[in-house]
Amino acid sequence: MTLLHEDRDLDLDPLLRSRVLENCLGRRPARIPVPAWATPYDAETARLDALLRDIGESEWHAPVRLKWYEDDRPVRRKSTVAGVIGHLLAVDGLVSGALGLADPLGPDVPELTPTERTEALWEALDRPANRSLRAPWRDQSHALVRTVSFAGRGVSDLTVTYGDFALPLKDALLERAFECWLHADDIANAVAYPYDPPSGPHLHGMIDLAARLLPAAVAHRRRAGLAAPPRHLVAAGAPGRSLHLEVEGAGGGHWYVPLDSPAALGSPDHAVAQVAMDGVEFCQLIAGHISPQEAAAGQDGDREAIRDVLSAAASLSRL
Amino acid sequence: MANDTPPRWDRRMQQRLARGEAAALGELYDRFASLVHSLAHRVLDDDQAADQVTREVFGYIWENPDAYDPRQGNLRSWVARLTQRQAVHRLRQTEATAYAETGVGSAEELEAKVRRASVAARADYIVTSMPAPLRKALELAYFQRRDYRQTAADLSISHEEARRRLRLGLQLLSTAHARPLDGPPGGYGRAL
Repeated sequence: MTLLHEDRDLDLDPLLRSRVLENCLGRRPARIPVPAWATPYDAETARLDALLRDIGESEWHAPVRLKWYEDDRPVRRKSTVAGVIGHLLAVDGLVSGALGLADPLGPDVPELTPTERTEALWEALDRPANRSLRAPWRDQSHALVRTVSFAGRGVSDLTVTYGDFALPLKDALLERAFECWLHADDIANAVAYPYDPPSGPHLHGMIDLAARLLPAAVAHRRRAGLAAPPRHLVAAGAPGRSLHLEVEGAGGGHWYVPLDSPAALGSPDHAVAQVAMDGVEFCQLIAGHISPQEAAAGQDGDREAIRDVLSAAASLSRL
Repeated sequence: MANDTPPRWDRRMQQRLARGEAAALGELYDRFASLVHSLAHRVLDDDQAADQVTREVFGYIWENPDAYDPRQGNLRSWVARLTQRQAVHRLRQTEATAYAETGVGSAEELEAKVRRASVAARADYIVTSMPAPLRKALELAYFQRRDYRQTAADLSISHEEARRRLRLGLQLLSTAHARPLDGPPGGYGRAL
């Protein structure tokens, strides 16, 4: 009989985790549950960690090409699997800071943008990034989930400052879940592993966050002269000219993005254009992995509105 | 692979589970799911059955965190024992059902099969718990068919040290036949 055999951890289904946890919580409800808004982050960090467990030492140095949009142009940057984990560790640290947990960059770090924090972490390493970053990254993500579980309801609206913008904690963790997935996908591509998108409900939350950020992104570009001027200003909270974003597939749905002002209400009755897209494709656009020109499968209506919204979507991307 | 968790981590985890902290359950899964699933798979040789055992084992721990006694060993070995017990229980059930339906096989064959599966699972556990230098030496010898001289060269150690590691590794592995997973004997085949 064979006593020794090779690891077969690779076959552990990443979706098994949520099924097992659900089964447990059905048998004995948690007295201190993980808030629903933190579960995408919990699930995505667990999936990435499972991938990291399965890769060999040398694969931590596999080249990863990071892509995003800056000033309407695609930007590329070379890193490695370990470098990407360092990036996630550094930027998740913004959330740690907001919760009063230790900052992975050390005490007394000035307020920095995600990119600046990443550079600072990379520069502080005395050797090229390697697998030793896995434990601090994972410990921090576990600590975040644990802390928000204990923190009570008010914590979800705590402000997390990203240097040049801010999000309430519940959106910040959703944003971190989104980044974790897309960078896990970058890593999986680099080491030739299969990697699935998040579960439908989690993907839906991520798409919804992006859709909620779009009106402000359009307004920001308008102030910079990059988007068309407003056509019909309406009172705050009143329905205004909208783009109908139809996202297909798991996690999809319908969103109405107000075009003329972030204060207006998106409305189907005032839709002047429609864009239909697959959910994962929409996320790739938000992440700056595909261009606004490549993005839309189906477009209908006001071409200017469509261009402005898709360009704003790509502008949400960063390192 | 860092295997054994420090005793403090084990006790802390037990307390957190006992007070019903869902985040602790997630961490427990992240730490032990691959161990549980691979042991169950080793016994049952079936993905779905291993998934099911994984659900049952974590469900049991979550409902009964106090059943773990730190004086009997670390959390990891307890989890492994629970897994093996549950997987063997399931194997018996499946085989008994198949026997009842088809009439193929015999009680002796079933017992032999259960014994083989138990030994295989114990060997897996021993290998994953073994100090990394011993495991590395065994793996080189076994999978890459290296002799002790080549193993010594691959690991940059002396011939003497390579022989020592292989000997120790094989000794540990052979205990898979002799005794159950580090704990009190018996209890196999009992449901959780």
